[in-house]
Amino acid sequence: MTRADHSQATGTLSAPQLVAGTSLWQDAWRRLRKNAMAVASGLIILLVGLACLVGPLVLHAVWGYDAQAQDLAYGPQPPSWQHPFGTDFYGRDLLVRVLVGGRVSLSVGLLAAIVAATIGTIYGAVASYAGGMVDSLMMRTVDILYALPYMFLVIILVTILGKSLLLLFLALGAVGWLLTARVVRGQVMSLKEQDFVLAARSVGTPGRAVVFRHLIPNTLGPVIVTFTLTVPSMILQEAFLSFLGLGVQPPSPSLGSLINDGANQMLVFWWTLVFPGGVMTLLLFALNFLGDGVRDALDPRMRT
Amino acid sequence: MTRYLLRRLLELVPTALVIILASFALVRLAPGSPFSSEKEIPPEIRRQLEAKYGFDRPLPEQFARYVGNLLRGDLGLSTKYPQRTVNEIIAAGFPVTLSLAAVALVWSLLVGITAGIIGAVRQNTAWDHAAMTTALVGISVPSFVLGPLLVLVVSLRLHLLPPAGWGDWRHLILPGLTLGTIYAGSIARLTRGGMLEVIRSDYIRTARAKGLTERLIIWRHMLRGGLLPVISYLGPAIASMLTGSVVVEKIFNVPGIGPYFVDAAFNRDYFLVMGIVLLYAFFLLLLNLVVDVLYGLLDPRIDYS
Repeated sequence: MTRADHSQATGTLSAPQLVAGTSLWQDAWRRLRKNAMAVASGLIILLVGLACLVGPLVLHAVWGYDAQAQDLAYGPQPPSWQHPFGTDFYGRDLLVRVLVGGRVSLSVGLLAAIVAATIGTIYGAVASYAGGMVDSLMMRTVDILYALPYMFLVIILVTILGKSLLLLFLALGAVGWLLTARVVRGQVMSLKEQDFVLAARSVGTPGRAVVFRHLIPNTLGPVIVTFTLTVPSMILQEAFLSFLGLGVQPPSPSLGSLINDGANQMLVFWWTLVFPGGVMTLLLFALNFLGDGVRDALDPRMRT
Repeated sequence: MTRYLLRRLLELVPTALVIILASFALVRLAPGSPFSSEKEIPPEIRRQLEAKYGFDRPLPEQFARYVGNLLRGDLGLSTKYPQRTVNEIIAAGFPVTLSLAAVALVWSLLVGITAGIIGAVRQNTAWDHAAMTTALVGISVPSFVLGPLLVLVVSLRLHLLPPAGWGDWRHLILPGLTLGTIYAGSIARLTRGGMLEVIRSDYIRTARAKGLTERLIIWRHMLRGGLLPVISYLGPAIASMLTGSVVVEKIFNVPGIGPYFVDAAFNRDYFLVMGIVLLYAFFLLLLNLVVDVLYGLLDPRIDYS
């Protein structure tokens, strides 16, 4: 601490009425805003999200571009002012298709991460609060599921459930909650020994209320950190499945299936690979960076 | 140590049974059957087929028989490839997938640990930022984007390596790099984090006080601390390399186990799906055991008794 900091600190001490308490969240928000790269990533995500949301509508209304209607006579055109990303093999504007695909990716990523976070939080909190045999049984189950080849399970689930978008994110979320469960359990293990839990129980709060009102809200920080890093991994997995032809089905575009198409034609029509791949990479990069920023902001000790 | 190992090995038995039961239930309770393809099969032939594979028996009996066969190392017959047993298919494909994963692992460790050391030793300098930004880029480029781009540039434009296929060592490089890069990024971050944890600890100061050279301190003492989180990451990383190679095998047309799995899941090729899932699950269980033991060897503070 420098001399200036020190005098400032004592200054605030002598004038306590000026001190406004900062909550954990305010503090984290302030730290996050100071992280220029994280702010830039957040803006990129907002921009891409917004473009995916309204872009296809605008492109359709103004130029009549459609994500699905084919124009074989027009065929694949390289990028131009008219079609910034070029057109695909069937003469469809690639920008529209990438934006619609991004919509799929973002919504699957968010929804699957929400499913995973919800299951994981409740599971981890209940296991840890119950303790004893229930806890070890529940966590052994998590260990066993951890040992199963994750992607293969998702593939089996997808082939069982059918290839619908709704079921896709359910399948991803249903297998993706393990990490959250472990994180929450670890948190609750230490929280449940603390006095506020004892206080809650001594006034007769039922176990369910202790878990949902007192324990889970206090694990929110780590859950949010896990959540922000789960979103890009879910997006990646959706694209992985779509690349294999197991995810979103044509003619609906998804970033994964667009990249697959592009990879098959890249020798002749390089833009069909480069633009969907570039958007996917940019999106994942920004999400990962923001996730890192959120982690550093919420828990400076975890900073690496 | 021996007692610890024995206990862990014994613990594997119930875990393995649960995994077998769970995957059997998952695969068998799914709607559809191996013989419900586009072509309609006459009922009497279908009955014969079902009898050949034992599907006409009650499920508990089938399960018992499957476990019995499994104990003798027999994974059953494939319904999609009637000429081949599951053992044969795995024996042909798994070594290919394993060698891809091995190249990916070596690549990710080499690049990741090097970048991590640079980041930690030169913390908060331009070197550090460059290394960590590169690591995050590596984590963010999906293999199915990186792979085709590598083919486009390295094979089709520069003609340095074959774009696809399988044969000699040159076919291993591009798929291996594609598969390993994402893990290189994670390993770099973990190595850096682990080293920064120990960099200000007393034993490093002691080493300095003894007058050891900086190089020796980094390699002998800091790296040991830095590698601990990497070691515990290796289990899930290798697991995800093995399953992730499905995509890489598709891109580079490599005859590994991945394409068989996707095919088998679609065609309800019961024994092939289960064979591959169980193979991977057991491999991962053993791997996690090895990782735990390695962890103990590297960190003397861990006591197994």
